[in-house]
Amino acid sequence: MNIKTFRIGGIHPEENKLTHEVATEAAPLPQQAIFPLSQHIGAPARPIVQKGDKVKVGTILAEASSFVSAPIHSSVSGTVAKIDTAIDATGYRKPAIIIDVEGDDWEESIDRSKTLETLSAHPELTPEEIVERIKKAGITGMGGAGFPTFIKLCPPPTAKAECVIINAVECEPYITADYRLMMEKSDEIIVGLELLMKAAKVTKGYIGIETNKPKAIALLSKKVSEFRSQSPYQIEVVPLKQRYPQGGEKQLVDAVIRRQVPAPPAIPVNVGAIVQNVGTAYAVYEAVMKRKPLFERYTTVTGKRLQKPGNYLVRMGTPMQLLIDLCGGMPDGENKLLAGGPMMGKALTSTEVPICKGTNSVTILSGDEARRKEPQPCIRCAKCVGVCPMGLEPYLLAKLSAFKQWESAEQEDIVSCIECGSCQFTCPAHRPLLDNIRQGKQTVMGIIRNRNTKKQ
Amino acid sequence: MDFFLIAVIVLGSIGLVAAIVLYVCSKKFAVDEDPRIQQVNELLAGANCGGCGFAGCGGLAEALVKGADKGRIDGLSCPVGGAETMTRVADLLGMAIANGDPKIAVVRCNGSCDKRPKTNEYMGLRTCAAMNSCGAGETGCGYGCLGCGDCVEACQFDAIHLNPETGLPEVNEDKCTACGACAKSCPRTIIELRKKGVKGRRVYVSCVNKDKGAVAMKACKAACISCGKCVKECKFEAITIGNNVSYIDYNKCRLCRKCVEVCPTKAIQAVNFPTPKKSETSEAPEKKQLS
Repeated sequence: MNIKTFRIGGIHPEENKLTHEVATEAAPLPQQAIFPLSQHIGAPARPIVQKGDKVKVGTILAEASSFVSAPIHSSVSGTVAKIDTAIDATGYRKPAIIIDVEGDDWEESIDRSKTLETLSAHPELTPEEIVERIKKAGITGMGGAGFPTFIKLCPPPTAKAECVIINAVECEPYITADYRLMMEKSDEIIVGLELLMKAAKVTKGYIGIETNKPKAIALLSKKVSEFRSQSPYQIEVVPLKQRYPQGGEKQLVDAVIRRQVPAPPAIPVNVGAIVQNVGTAYAVYEAVMKRKPLFERYTTVTGKRLQKPGNYLVRMGTPMQLLIDLCGGMPDGENKLLAGGPMMGKALTSTEVPICKGTNSVTILSGDEARRKEPQPCIRCAKCVGVCPMGLEPYLLAKLSAFKQWESAEQEDIVSCIECGSCQFTCPAHRPLLDNIRQGKQTVMGIIRNRNTKKQ
Repeated sequence: MDFFLIAVIVLGSIGLVAAIVLYVCSKKFAVDEDPRIQQVNELLAGANCGGCGFAGCGGLAEALVKGADKGRIDGLSCPVGGAETMTRVADLLGMAIANGDPKIAVVRCNGSCDKRPKTNEYMGLRTCAAMNSCGAGETGCGYGCLGCGDCVEACQFDAIHLNPETGLPEVNEDKCTACGACAKSCPRTIIELRKKGVKGRRVYVSCVNKDKGAVAMKACKAACISCGKCVKECKFEAITIGNNVSYIDYNKCRLCRKCVEVCPTKAIQAVNFPTPKKSETSEAPEKKQLS
């Protein structure tokens, strides 16, 4: 059988999935939980609690402040210590709500039973009701980017959704949180997918999984066939050839339904696909069926030198230090701490950064692994052009950005870059291609935004 | 002979027709450029630095002439040429100009290597813009100088350089034209154009850290902790505190230097003042740093 994958570019970095078979444990509660107000793309949430307020697990702390925004719920019970600033994954101090943890008292509205609720048992759930519950639960994309989920389910009138694709690719090295979720919560994921499909008013769903997770493919295929008899929704598990960055939305759409998403501002729904992370599907199940807002997630804590890397069910707001201690503490010597995997993760400067909605992994690389090599002159080998999954010319974009040639950079489609880092990974001269391109992309996007606001 | 004559007639008539067409066109589509634009352009500094806000000297010249026609040219000035150039331009255009005070670029960060310890190592592209977008940089301060020298790169007049000892940029007062290129290039807007002051004497808060006092102090011993002592001390209401950092309005400051004395972290700097005879004030090291 010909295994599917996306058509242009791609690399295959060393997988290093150290924690594939480590069953997920619930991480202990922190003493103090930190909730940054900006955990998603869009406007930061607006706090609605005050210093001294008592909160329970699941209490809303901050509400959405505009259309593209998401509410934030408490993951712990206790007292609001202060509304201050705290270092978040951006590396800067940002407004945050800090809660002193006392006990573990949940809101009564949350159904904590383990029974599986199926969609056929709840005919009262209309698409609008599902979207509303997802919105209220503060669900944002769990794969890292953190785009509010409900917006994706309501495509603009110019586009029509035809299918929902579940992103269970996990192409990033080291991370295994999605894999463990699939192995441990397969039924819930499928119900979650059905909910997403109902909300998006489509009947076709796909679950894309890379072939380095054969057990997950087998398990989900089995579950899908069990569900098929009692469900009007057609779900297909699609095994995909291992290739980075297959977990990128556009790459996944290409791999699964063979359609290429045009350059920005086009989004996957313009070719009929809504892509959601597998963690999002699970969160949707919990939010809609169990009335549980998004306040905990599966997170991998990994690194070659960690004594006991593992997968944890973590309450949001838990400082990373606590998780690192669970794994045997920070290794001696030089370390690089990342929120996310080694390819797209964000380097952090503090272990007090809390786990947020999009933190799928805490990766600790040794200094030797992480240290960059001295950049050499570009030899025009065009390896970066060959691996770019967006069909761009990274060497050129990097040069144009370095020389501040914004107009040419825009013509060369710099805004299409998905910042996957394949170019920099493959460059034999160790040139900081992505660093330059990212800079250029940000600037060009600013220029385009200014131009558009001027036009209006 | 005939052959020769035909050639002359044909070429001659083509030439005549072309000449008439060209003449008509040149009259009909003539672009009426004010000769003064060219004259003003010649008076300007010719650096094409963009410090005036236009793409080059030509742009400013055009704006000046247009402004003169409308009767006002304030707000337009050549930072490189300064008052001298602008007076000459004004004379040419028959305008009077209110001469602005000369300005100079001021680096508002005092977090030298010893005061602001390095907390981590940055391995990416060594430009301030790239480092700024990756996080707080190599120190704990999310507002201070990143030390990669984007400002040095931006300066066309060789007026700003990094001091390897402090890791901070320093402005050469003789060379700085206050074109503002460095201020624009700084991703953290640390560099500000301030009034140059009499004999170059200036007092300013050399910190832009917006964190609360304790947090700022933890990252950098020279940070403004917004204690408010300077505000109380100032008799001219020149100092204000906003976003946890104090700021001195250079139009109100009378250079009394009371605030410099009370600042507990020495975040307020006074430069180009004569060294006092008494050794108790703390100006000597600061002067050394910025001279």
